[in-house]
Amino acid sequence: MLPRDLRPEQLSGYPPEARKLVTNYIAALQRLPLSFLPSLLRESIEYDYKFPVERKALERELANLNSLSVEQLQEWLQGFAEIHLSAALENFDWINAPAQFVEQLSSYLWTTHQLDAFRTAAVAYADRLRAAAPPEPPSAPRLGITVVGQGVTSYDQPLFRKLRAHGAYYSHVNPENGLRVLLDAVAARARAHPTPYAHWYIDGGKEVEHDTALTTVSYAALEPARAALLGKMRAEIDRPGMGPEALRTRLAQLRPADLAFSNGDEVLDRFRIKMLTEGSGTQIFSTTFAQWTAREALRRAQPLTLLVRFAARQRQKPMNELLAATLEATELDPVGSLVDADIAAYYNWLNQQRLPGANQSSFLVWFEGNTQALVIGPGVPRGTSSTSATTLSQLLSTLA
Amino acid sequence: MSSHFSAINQELARQLAWSRREFLRTGAAMALGSTLLHNPVALAGIPIKKRKVVVITFGGGARDQETFAPEGQENIPHLMKELIPQSTFFTQVVNRGILGHYVATASLATGVYETINNFASLPPEHPTVFEYFRKDLKRPSTDAWVVAPSNGFNRIGESNNRAYGPGLGASVILPKHLLTAAMSGRATDYEHLLRDNYETPLYAPDLGGNEFQLQQLQMMLKLSVDDFKAHALTLSSPDELSVYIARRLMRQLAPSLLWITMHDIDIAHAGAYSLYIDGIRRTDRLCAEMWKAIQSEPEYAGNTTLFILPDFGRDSDDDSGGNGFQHHRTGDALSRTTWMMALGPGIREGVVYDRPMQSTDLVPTLGSILGFSPSLAQGKPIAELL
Repeated sequence: MLPRDLRPEQLSGYPPEARKLVTNYIAALQRLPLSFLPSLLRESIEYDYKFPVERKALERELANLNSLSVEQLQEWLQGFAEIHLSAALENFDWINAPAQFVEQLSSYLWTTHQLDAFRTAAVAYADRLRAAAPPEPPSAPRLGITVVGQGVTSYDQPLFRKLRAHGAYYSHVNPENGLRVLLDAVAARARAHPTPYAHWYIDGGKEVEHDTALTTVSYAALEPARAALLGKMRAEIDRPGMGPEALRTRLAQLRPADLAFSNGDEVLDRFRIKMLTEGSGTQIFSTTFAQWTAREALRRAQPLTLLVRFAARQRQKPMNELLAATLEATELDPVGSLVDADIAAYYNWLNQQRLPGANQSSFLVWFEGNTQALVIGPGVPRGTSSTSATTLSQLLSTLA
Repeated sequence: MSSHFSAINQELARQLAWSRREFLRTGAAMALGSTLLHNPVALAGIPIKKRKVVVITFGGGARDQETFAPEGQENIPHLMKELIPQSTFFTQVVNRGILGHYVATASLATGVYETINNFASLPPEHPTVFEYFRKDLKRPSTDAWVVAPSNGFNRIGESNNRAYGPGLGASVILPKHLLTAAMSGRATDYEHLLRDNYETPLYAPDLGGNEFQLQQLQMMLKLSVDDFKAHALTLSSPDELSVYIARRLMRQLAPSLLWITMHDIDIAHAGAYSLYIDGIRRTDRLCAEMWKAIQSEPEYAGNTTLFILPDFGRDSDDDSGGNGFQHHRTGDALSRTTWMMALGPGIREGVVYDRPMQSTDLVPTLGSILGFSPSLAQGKPIAELL
């Protein structure tokens, strides 16, 4: 089946808002190449469970495609039209299973050496879309905060090495009540700019007391869902004929209810579960969970404020200990987790800077309970360091 | 926009080569390719039947910033201080194939960009270096061996090509698979270790093909199951086990063509940066151990060429489609570009070349060194090594 054959009645499996959205633009969608359309449907079918910023972006993209003439559309999507697809892909149920189609398309592109051509087409399309329908600037400058090193009392290696060139490093920060100061600052921003899903607190361990206005995701709160997921993964792996593609597909189909997980916010519940079902390593290491959740929150919800606090992950046992198979309680690796979180802080900043309004965005990273911190912002001198005594409140004020 | 994107990629690749060359010149006192410091032992003086080759590949690429860049050199002290000064180093080895570890290793071993399913237990579609070697030179099966991680690599030894294929390939040892067999019957919790596949956690394909059987431990490696288990209990990682088995092979059978694929670095897929760095440091140490073993084994000393290369790189921090070091899914220039070093008789020492070459050039180069004709391989022999 090809896009020109797409009909509204084939969308009966879509959630209501998604069905309405796709039906509204069905004429535009019928004109798209098969190498492109399922990617758009993969986003559209999730419309009901997307964050407000994502919804607007998708609506903008569909409206833009709808506005293009036949000639313009050919020009925009020429690269995609030149991708050769197999009969198997054409016959795939890409309307009802667009995510699985995209997965198979990806494999096919690698196999047929068309990945580079697809990448080129995708980059060209994204550039055009950004120019024609630019994303909205944030309603306030963004602030990212990353807290690393929970449980580490001292560490003699240099921290924040990848971030130092971009901001100011402080080595004598008063750590007293540091986490509370940061959470209060985040809460104040949430009250000043009360937009849904605009202010996040992600914790790689157990969340501490915080303002209810914050959108919160924590590793500890997801523990029952994580255990249920690992159980399902083991059961699936033991089934005859199970392979990685099929396993990924099964995991992607899991819903919060499948893992007995519900907090009454379907959008956020789905986001939380996706962190476990779609992330790599998030089921095992809390540091990976926190980094990936921050990445996805920034990419999808585009928050104005994001505080990410890393906790100690479980220690990876060396082979000889695994073979000895002693029944010890799970051990933690605070220092390894600090190293993980240090690079994750850099990634948090990079991902924040990919969002609209990057030139006004600010960032702070703090070694929890210790005296080292670094700030980056429009008015902060780059590549500097200070040994002067200061506080986190004072550092935050330099970013305001 | 298409040409713009292409130009960006080319510029990135050029900068990559330039920066690697500069790192090496400053960090390891390397000379550019024009400064030719001949190894005093010429390969031409060694009869072909005496020549041996050891290839070490990393399944799980390592990026410049964690290795050869100034901030990464602390992670590879053995490569920087011991091996690179003795090697000819190529800064730009490009893999234009599929960036999955099994299929990429198969491509390295055939000299053709294979398109087999990375996660299935399938043989390469084109003849492997082992088949060319054994068929052309009429070598016995004991003369070509592969030591590899267990996830799918059991079929790497021979292709399904009709002119080569069954009976002409390498024997394959999967140390983790051996460990599974050796530990059978014990109620232990090492399933994670034995089944892990960092690209697809918790998955391992069914085994098939010419994998080494447990009873052969005793027959060929002169190693009892109990001794094997006891030694495994002293090692910290699967790659250490692989090197242990490789050294045992060298001692007992002295194969002329030995291929070792390491995999510890690929823990990066789990997203823990510190474990990725640990993997790099361990691999650095194990490469040096293998070079020392080559020099200390009478069958290998003075007549062996060692090749070390990752199968490909990892994603750049700058590509928003990826997640930095964690994966190799974007197909960007950094994930496709890696390096290779060669050491041994006739190989120029302390020389760096930054011309682009392809990973499929390895098999034709091995053919020139060992004296076989890889007729179906797509790459070209590396002139700087011949």
